[in-house]
Amino acid sequence: MRSARALTLLAGFLVLGLVPVVAALANQPFYLDLFRRIMIFAIAAVSLDLILGFGGMVSFGHAAYLGIGAYAVAIPAFYGIHSGLVQWPLALALSGLAALAIGAVSLRTSGVSFIMITLAFAQMLYYLGISINAWGADDGMRLARRSQFGGVVDLANAYVFYYVVFGVLVALLWLGHRLIHARFGVVIRAAKSNEPRMRAIGFATFRYKLAAFVIAGAGGGLAGALLTNQTEYLTPSYMHWTRSGDIMVMVILGGMGTLYGPVLGAVAFLLLEDILSAWTVHWQVVLGPLLVLVVLYARRGLYGLLPGAGARDG
Amino acid sequence: MAEPLLAVRGLTKRFGGLVATDRVDLEVADGETLAVIGPNGAGKTTLIGQLSGDLVPDAGTIRFAGEDVTALPAPTRSQRGLARSFQITSIFPEFTALDNVALAVQAHAGHSFRFWTPARAERALREPARATLEQVGLGARAAVAAGTLAHGEQRQLEIAMALATRPRLLLLDEPVAGMGADESQRMVQLLRALRGHHTIVLVEHDMDVVFALADRISVMVYGRVIASGAPEAIRANAEVRRAYLGEEIPA
Amino acid sequence: MNWLLVVEQCLNGLQFGVMLFLMAAGLTLVFGIMNLVNLAHGSLYMVGAYLATAAFNRTGSFLAAVAFALTATLAIGMLVEVIALRTLYERDHLDQVLATFGLILFFNEAVAIVWGRAALFTAVPRALSGHLQVLPGIPYPAYRAVIILVGLAVALLLYVVVSRTRLGMLIRAGASNRTMVGALGVNIRLLYTVVFGFGAALAALGGAMAGPIYSVLPGMGEEILIQVFVVIVIGGIGSIRGALVGAVVVGMVDTLGRAFLKPMLSTVLGPSAADNAGPALASMLIYILMAAVLFFRPQGLFPAVRS
Repeated sequence: MRSARALTLLAGFLVLGLVPVVAALANQPFYLDLFRRIMIFAIAAVSLDLILGFGGMVSFGHAAYLGIGAYAVAIPAFYGIHSGLVQWPLALALSGLAALAIGAVSLRTSGVSFIMITLAFAQMLYYLGISINAWGADDGMRLARRSQFGGVVDLANAYVFYYVVFGVLVALLWLGHRLIHARFGVVIRAAKSNEPRMRAIGFATFRYKLAAFVIAGAGGGLAGALLTNQTEYLTPSYMHWTRSGDIMVMVILGGMGTLYGPVLGAVAFLLLEDILSAWTVHWQVVLGPLLVLVVLYARRGLYGLLPGAGARDG
Repeated sequence: MAEPLLAVRGLTKRFGGLVATDRVDLEVADGETLAVIGPNGAGKTTLIGQLSGDLVPDAGTIRFAGEDVTALPAPTRSQRGLARSFQITSIFPEFTALDNVALAVQAHAGHSFRFWTPARAERALREPARATLEQVGLGARAAVAAGTLAHGEQRQLEIAMALATRPRLLLLDEPVAGMGADESQRMVQLLRALRGHHTIVLVEHDMDVVFALADRISVMVYGRVIASGAPEAIRANAEVRRAYLGEEIPA
Repeated sequence: MNWLLVVEQCLNGLQFGVMLFLMAAGLTLVFGIMNLVNLAHGSLYMVGAYLATAAFNRTGSFLAAVAFALTATLAIGMLVEVIALRTLYERDHLDQVLATFGLILFFNEAVAIVWGRAALFTAVPRALSGHLQVLPGIPYPAYRAVIILVGLAVALLLYVVVSRTRLGMLIRAGASNRTMVGALGVNIRLLYTVVFGFGAALAALGGAMAGPIYSVLPGMGEEILIQVFVVIVIGGIGSIRGALVGAVVVGMVDTLGRAFLKPMLSTVLGPSAADNAGPALASMLIYILMAAVLFFRPQGLFPAVRS
């Protein structure tokens, strides 16, 4: 029944692609904004899923890479450099580099240590961000102008920006799909399954895990670049450890190790947040226990609820 | 006299106060099958662990194919031609049997920083894997998830994965562990066919298997090698018989 | 060289270290013996702080407030253990991280509902609001000095328990080989509950004492928790000795760094560059230290847990 699931997903993407049309017809630009935000976090969640779901590396510091990506756009903009062709590659490079440094140290440990260390390093970057007064310290600062792509693509146009994000998400999923089934993806997944065996048959697993860590970090950086364009604001709170937790929740809620699950998770989490926060400002007191219950009783996530679930792609 | 393929000198490993391997000396000539036997707790698995690179010895050296490999980690030793199978089955349960073996092939087929072509489409990986599965007798079970294979089949898969890395030396840790009589027989036939093509170090409890396969036997007790030699000599050795008091040695 | 300032900051570093130790001791045992990643440990600290502060403001008696906060937080901690954490012992780390993350969200919001988001203020208790002459000519706030003494007393108590009592022997054994202890027929359930209770009580004590000198706000637990993680990573998981050494080192490095790095840098870089670089670098110091320790000893300085 894999085709039933594929069809459902295709339908989902069709809906996502049509949101701007519907929003325009119903004259509700709010939904355009909301779903664009959802897609940006979906990109973050998918990139985390590579190492979390497929690689089994519980990295609790993913928000740091979003932050770096955001800074890579906002700081040049602050100094008058608005070209997206400069900012976005910079976002990828810097977040990848940070992931390389953090991963090189963290991946020497595992289990509880690894979780704590990734969390600690991410928080370190957050504190770094707060302490730099020139860039707004903990108040943050406005983004002078959205990334410019020379008139061809004008992000100031809400619809164009929506389809740019949509395009990035689809491209990421497609590249992710190829990666997962290529040699590299197989190594990552097998290392999660049985790392000692991998080493015994001759794989130096550290370098592959580090590479995955870097790729995931770069993906997070791209999400961050998009995020700061979305909100037109930069704040170190993008890097706060609770943001890392949120992204992790999206991956689990949606179904980790499934590539498309995190997209579902982002949709569910952010819609839930939207609905609950309209109800009460203290919505987290509900979300908290809800999360505990999901973890304890509904681990397969939403992806597991789609028709055709149970078919293993291997 | 040609240098032995594997030469172990003074190998020592301690866990706290316990000396698991105590100044162990071993030699295996190219093409030979050496069996390492001994009562439980003799240090056999610790020995295998140090040979494969999973454990770091406290003292001693290991020379393989003329090279000192003592400081090399497990993946590097595998690349040098040293393969191991595990006493407690260690496979990739969510992957198919063919995928499992193909992974072992992949480890020795260049690097894996390929992000585009599906690994399942690479004939250079699939075909040798399929051939190795046939060789161990699992050809018909290639598409089955490894975790659902019968215990004996999983043991066969263990061997297949070791073989697929094209090793010069096979370290086999109790290959027939947990197998019934028929399955053991099949495994022995498989291993018999490997003799001569591969050098084998075999740790085993099952004496029938040992005497069916070994060119030479080393006996370990409390971490020390107390006797080493041809099977008949070992069978007759008084000290060995004492060590095995209560265990059966076919007379 | 202003020696008064140096001594004062060293003592502050020790005081911060002692607070970190109170949190780290319990948490490292929970990590080592129960293999449980408990992110909600910081929430117990926070609840202790809130309850002590509220009780002190209400009753005027600091000792009564601390006693109340300790017992109440311990009760809450045990409740959480029975309801949520028991099921997590068998689960993998990811489940534990997410579930305890959910608990954090709950507790942070719960205290915000009861006391609001603004910092809760309380004064240092009158009896301890003076200064002590710790060395001739060097006055130091009495309250902070008491914290140091309490912390050292707890360290001594833990040392006695762990090395001289049967319970301590079980704890050391459990940290080193968990499954073996279970196999030996020890009542693991009870051991876990006792260990968890220990940790909760210590966190509550830390929180209760923190009220007068640190900001009592939602989320205060996580601020210190992450620093506690650094302590545990440096000290080695499962080791109380490691927790003490790690805590003092981290406390000192962080406090002295924040106090002296900016002035030191401004002599080299000039005052305006140091104005940004100083605080930024100071906030990163303990993490750089952690990275350095990990580079040479990934298992920490005094690892209790065998591989």
